[in-house]
Amino acid sequence: MKLSREEVLHIARLARLGLTEEDVERFREQLSNILENFEVLKEVESEGVPPTTHAVPLQNVLREDEVAPSLPQDEVLVNAPQQEEGHFKVRAVLE
Amino acid sequence: MKELYYLSIEEAHQLLRKKGVSIPELVRAVQERIEGVEGRVKAFVTPTPELALKQAEEAQKRLKEGDRNPLLGMPAAIKDNMCTRGVRTTCSSRMLEDFIPPYDATVVGRLKGVGAVMMGKTNMDEFAMGSSTENSAFFPTHNPWDLSRVPGGSSGGSAAAVAAGEALFALGSDTGGSIRQPAGFCGIVGLKPTYGLVSRYGLVAFASSLDQIGPMARTVKDCAFVLQALGGHDPSDSTSLALPLPDYTRAFIPDLKGLRLGVPKEFFPPGLEAGVEKVMRQAIKKLEELGAEVDWDISLPHTRFALAAYYILAPSEASANLARYDGVKYGFSDMAPEMWQAMEKTRQFGFGPEVKRRIMLGTYALSKGYYDAYYLKAQKVRTLIRQDLDKAFQRCQALITPTSPTVPFRLGEKLADPVQMYLSDIFTIPVNIAAVPALTLPAGFVDSLPVGMQIIGPPLSEELLFRTGFAYEQATGHHLRRPPL
Repeated sequence: MKLSREEVLHIARLARLGLTEEDVERFREQLSNILENFEVLKEVESEGVPPTTHAVPLQNVLREDEVAPSLPQDEVLVNAPQQEEGHFKVRAVLE
Repeated sequence: MKELYYLSIEEAHQLLRKKGVSIPELVRAVQERIEGVEGRVKAFVTPTPELALKQAEEAQKRLKEGDRNPLLGMPAAIKDNMCTRGVRTTCSSRMLEDFIPPYDATVVGRLKGVGAVMMGKTNMDEFAMGSSTENSAFFPTHNPWDLSRVPGGSSGGSAAAVAAGEALFALGSDTGGSIRQPAGFCGIVGLKPTYGLVSRYGLVAFASSLDQIGPMARTVKDCAFVLQALGGHDPSDSTSLALPLPDYTRAFIPDLKGLRLGVPKEFFPPGLEAGVEKVMRQAIKKLEELGAEVDWDISLPHTRFALAAYYILAPSEASANLARYDGVKYGFSDMAPEMWQAMEKTRQFGFGPEVKRRIMLGTYALSKGYYDAYYLKAQKVRTLIRQDLDKAFQRCQALITPTSPTVPFRLGEKLADPVQMYLSDIFTIPVNIAAVPALTLPAGFVDSLPVGMQIIGPPLSEELLFRTGFAYEQATGHHLRRPPL
């Protein structure tokens, strides 16, 4: 199965990944090739097999809600590309 | 006397206790070794020589006060996907090139707690995606046994550092073989613990249901010392197992009497490199001589589906985990004025080709209309692979396989063909899928290149893996061979 150009662009948009024209062609080729290698899974008899959703069967790991010190605000913001008055600065979301 | 930088943890510990050498002397010897070979090996993204000397002085004080922890003062290399407070943690990615974590990963905190000394942060495939360390955004690392070959990956910097004497041990992480394949390629010992045995808190997430941190060292015993320090429950990682840690030092008995080992035939396929097959057959014979009973009739029939299942599961989890890199909170940020454009450009310029490929693959597998055919199917295969192993472990206590189907390949050899690169993890991937532990150690050599032997056990069988590996190592002495640097 060969991915179309439109499919590659659609996936990139879902992933919010900017691609060059070259990338689109290369991924079309490489992803199609990888997906072809997944075809082998069609041979698996998996009717009625429960899916494994996680490595260890843990459920609802809870703890007491205890107050503990957290990182100071200036340390949390130290890696922020843009900040203002102790907040992460983001671009306008609404017009 | 042996070079200080090639001592085992056990030997160095004895020497420190006898006052034959001080911790700062040991650390300086390793630093001089780094200065001597690093230009050729390129194992470190960020060496931390000043921090190392400061930690060495502190450790020496503790030694004088009677602290007898075996890791006290031991020079360690840390894979650059584990957060180190105040020391940049790049994941070998442009995205995190200037990221300085404000906290330590639990494993880093535990090593500090026992007084180990950090020599630096090691190179890796970007975000741990790769099998050769060529996907580093900065530079490739070279295999100390043959500088024209790859060290394996993704923990290639850690493996090369240990093999080259640039650290006494290292931490790696293993999602599909990223500790074991490079350890095998570099002729050292590496353990992928049972999922949940070691905390993932502060490990930059790749595929959370598969990622596991583990030790890399030059002897089996040294790996056990490191696991002893790393393991155990961590309330900061809800998937960490709330179990008491056994005393791994009890595992060192030099024979294998009463042990039943299995050889799964799917791990000796017709395409296996002849040299690897020969070394493995000799190794299995040696295990028999040591008293183990070997069952050649083990089958793991779903093995041939493992690679495809893995390359759906891991990229799917990665595509979700890596959604956090949006250029807002930390990491690289494109300054385009419009929000969506800035995000797309941030990810376009911050991520390298393999990371983008896997994000694309995972996004596709999880997208509307394809979820059942890919992701759900792969999760079912995951169940079948676990069941295969459960059945095998009813007949034998551990499985013996090659760690990789080939000896280390040449730099550039597989870079253009992702599928060929993915195939180098074919023997290590089922272990992550089944969440079980596996140890790799030098099985022997082909034309002076190391061949790794993988020992796979049921959940929480690390002691048994150490025992088996220790007996083999002591009987063969392969761990004493050094690369021609």
